[in-house]
Amino acid sequence: MPTLTKPILKIHNLRKQFPGVLALDGVDFELTAGEVHALMGENGAGKSTLIKVLTGVHPRDSGRVELDGQTIAPTSPSAAEGLGISTVFQEVNLIPRLSVAENILLGRQPKNAIGAIDWKTLYQMATQTLTRLGVELDVRKQLAEYSIAIAQMVAIARGIALDAKVLILDEPTSSLDEKEVTHLFTVMERLRNEGMAIVFVTHFLDQVYRISDRITVLRNGRLVGTWPTGELERLDLVEHMLGRKVPQLSAQRVGSAAVPSSKISAKPVVKAQGLGRRGSVHPFDLEIFPGEVVGLAGLLGSGRSEVGRLIFGFDSATTGTLEVGGNQVVNWSPRKAIDAGIAWCPEDRKLDGVIPQLSVRENIVLALQSARSIFHPLSRAKQNEIAQRYVAQLGIKTTSLETTVGTLSGGNQQKVLLARWLAMEPKLIILDEPTRGIDVGAKAEIENLVAELSAAGVAVLLISSELEDLARCCSRVVVLRDRRIVAALDPSSDLEQNALDESAIMKLIAHHND
Amino acid sequence: MSFIARGNLPLLATAAVLAALFGAASLCFDNFCSSYVISDLFSQNAFLGISALGMTVVILSGGIDLSVGAVIGFTTIFVATLITQCEFSPWLAWTVALIVGTVYGAAMGATIHFFKLPAFLVTLAGLFFARGMAFFVTQQSVQIRNDVHELVSGVAIPFGQTEIGFTTILFLVLLVTMACVSNFSTFGRAVLAIGGDEESATLMGLPVARTKVAVYAINGFCSALAGIAMTLYMDSGNPINAIGLELDVIAVVVIGGTLLSGGVGSFTGTLLGFLIYGTIYQITYFANVGSSIATIAIGALLLAFILLQQILAPR
Repeated sequence: MPTLTKPILKIHNLRKQFPGVLALDGVDFELTAGEVHALMGENGAGKSTLIKVLTGVHPRDSGRVELDGQTIAPTSPSAAEGLGISTVFQEVNLIPRLSVAENILLGRQPKNAIGAIDWKTLYQMATQTLTRLGVELDVRKQLAEYSIAIAQMVAIARGIALDAKVLILDEPTSSLDEKEVTHLFTVMERLRNEGMAIVFVTHFLDQVYRISDRITVLRNGRLVGTWPTGELERLDLVEHMLGRKVPQLSAQRVGSAAVPSSKISAKPVVKAQGLGRRGSVHPFDLEIFPGEVVGLAGLLGSGRSEVGRLIFGFDSATTGTLEVGGNQVVNWSPRKAIDAGIAWCPEDRKLDGVIPQLSVRENIVLALQSARSIFHPLSRAKQNEIAQRYVAQLGIKTTSLETTVGTLSGGNQQKVLLARWLAMEPKLIILDEPTRGIDVGAKAEIENLVAELSAAGVAVLLISSELEDLARCCSRVVVLRDRRIVAALDPSSDLEQNALDESAIMKLIAHHND
Repeated sequence: MSFIARGNLPLLATAAVLAALFGAASLCFDNFCSSYVISDLFSQNAFLGISALGMTVVILSGGIDLSVGAVIGFTTIFVATLITQCEFSPWLAWTVALIVGTVYGAAMGATIHFFKLPAFLVTLAGLFFARGMAFFVTQQSVQIRNDVHELVSGVAIPFGQTEIGFTTILFLVLLVTMACVSNFSTFGRAVLAIGGDEESATLMGLPVARTKVAVYAINGFCSALAGIAMTLYMDSGNPINAIGLELDVIAVVVIGGTLLSGGVGSFTGTLLGFLIYGTIYQITYFANVGSSIATIAIGALLLAFILLQQILAPR
C-alpha cells in the first residue's frame, strides 16, 4: 500500500450537462501519486464523461480540476497529454500498420543534425520505454503483428514516454485473457511503485480487489463515495453501484413462471458443454428446457450478452460443444440458429434490430420472409394477417400497420422487434435487456408476454441488469461474474438455497464462491 | 529476413511481375533489353510518373484525387498560352502554374477536411472545374516556340547509347525527394498515420488538419509539374490533354502496392508500378498488337493486385 500523501489530481464539483441528461452532477475526485484508483459504476454512471472531461474531449460546464496544485482546463487529449495526463482508451487508439516504435513516439520522433528522423535513436528510445514496463519485443515490427494485449502495453508506453504523472486506463482488460491481465497488472504495479497515479476504469470486481488501492463509485452522474479497497466489502460495492440496499429488497415474485414439469422428461432446447470463447466468456455448461425462463444476471461486462451471442451463433466458440434440439452443431451461425428455431432480440434495438424506415408490417414479417427465400413470397393478405395478430397480441400502439417504425415509442419498437421473432414461432427466444429504456407499463406487458411464452412451451433466455425483473420472471437465474458463470439459482433443485430473489442474486454477483 | 514480412509481400509481388514482364519481353524481342527502351519507358510517361508520386501521397493519407488529369490538362494550355500569347518568360509561366496548382490542391484539401466531405466528391468537382478552366483559356492546341523552353526540354544526360531527358530527371529527383520526406520527416510519418487511422492520429495529437491540406497541396503541385513536363515533352498545350489520366495514375499507384484504403505503401512501389505500366505498352508496341491489349493487361493486373492485397491484409 502506498502512503496516501497530498493528491496530485483534484477534481472539485465537476458538472457536465448533455442535451437531456445531466452526465456529471457535482463530482469530486482525488488521485494520489503512487496509487491505483478504481473508478466504478454501471452504465450511465458518468465514468466515461468524467474521463472525457478530464482529458479535454468535452468541455466542462463548471467545477475545478487541479493538477499538482495548478488549475487546468485541457481542450484536447493531446493538450491533456502535454500537461501529464495520458489516457489509454479501451479501443486502443494506435496505428496498426506502423511499427511499434513509431506508435510509441509518433509526433515526437527524435531528429538528427539535419532535421531528419533518427530511426536508430527512435528504436532505442522505444525499446527503453518498453523495458521500463518489463515488456520485450521487436519494436521495428508492425503493431498489427502483435496481440491486442501488446497493443495496450504499447499504448501505455506511449502514455508514459511523455513523462505522464497521471495514467488513465479505460477498461483496459475487457478484451484480454487471464494471462494478459496478469501481465498488465505487473506493469501497473511497476508504474505505481515509480509514483505514477493510475485511474483504473473497469467492470471486473475481482480485478479491482486484486490491483486497486482505492475505489470511487459513481452512480447517475453523482459521486457515491471513495473508499480504501480494503475497507469496502464486495457486497457493499455492488450495492453502491446498483444503488440499493440488500435488506430493503422485496423478494416478491410476481410472474407466473413455474418450473415446467417437462423439465425432467423433455430434451433440452439447447445444451452447452464447456462452451466458451477466448477473451469473451470462460467455458460454461448451460441447459435450457422447453417452457423455461432462464435469467442471465451479472454486472455490465460480466459476459451476459456474450453467452447469448455464442448460443445464437453471432460469435464462434473457441471451445466446447453446443447441442440444439439434441443434435450437436458445427459452424454455428445466426442463419442456422434461426433455422433451428432460436430467435434473438438484441440489446440495442436501434443498432441491431428494427429498421426505422420500414413499416410495422414490413418489420414484423422481415425474418419470416427471409427464412422463406425470395422465391416464396408471403402474400400481402398473409402479411397483414400475421402483423395484425401480433399487433393485437402484444398491444403495439400504432396508428396503422403501415406506420413507419421509427415514429413509434421505444417500448413499441421493442415490441415490434419481439413480434418479428414470435412470427417465426421460435423454440428459444433470447431477450437481451428487453426492458431497458422503456416505460413501466410497456415493461409489465413484456414481462407478461414472457410468462405467456413460457406457458406455451417456448424457452426464454432473459439477459437483464434489472435484478427485480429477473427475480420476477425467471424460473432459474444463472449468475455471471468476470466473464464466468459462477452460480445458478434454481429453486426447483436447490433445497437449501431456494430463494430466487434480488438479494440472493446480488450476493452471487458480488462474491467469490465462499 | 524481416524484409520478407507480410507487409512487404505486395511490393515483392510487384517487383516479381516487373522482372517477369521485362525478362520475358527481353527473350521474345531482340533489342528490347536496351538503353533505348529503358530511356523510353521513363521519358514517354514521365508526366504520368510525376503525377503518380503526388497521388501516392494522397492515397497514403487515405484520400483520393480525381482532379489530376484535369489539372494537368489545364496546366498545359495555361503554360502554353502564357508563353506564346502573353509572352511570359517560361520560368515565370512555370512558377505561376506551380503556384496555381498548389493553391488549387490546398483549397480542395481544406474543403475535404474542414467540411468533412468525401475526397471523391470534392475532387470530382475539382475535375470539372479545372477541365472547364482549361477550355476557358482556349479551345484548341497552342504550340510553344520559345528558346528557353527548347533549351530546357533539350537538357539531357547520356545513358548507354542514348540519353535521359529533362522530364525523366525531374521525375527521378522528385521520386528521391518524396521517398526521403516520407521516411525521414514527421510530416511523412503523419501522412501514414492519418491514412492508417485518422481518429487515432487525432487522439495521438498529430496535426491532422495541416497534414491533410498539405497532402492535397503537394498533389496539386505534382499535377502542375506533370502538366509542365507534358508541355516540355510535346512542345504544346491543349485543353483536351490528359483526359481520364487520373485513372491511369491511380492504377499505377495501386499496382505499386499502395493500399487504396491508406496507410500502407511506398514510393519505390509506385516506381515499380510506373515501370510495369510502361513495359506493358512497350511490349504491345514491339509485338505490334495495338494498345487495346495493353489496356486489357493493365485491367487484369490491377484486379490481380487488389485481390492479392485483400488476401494479405491483416485481419
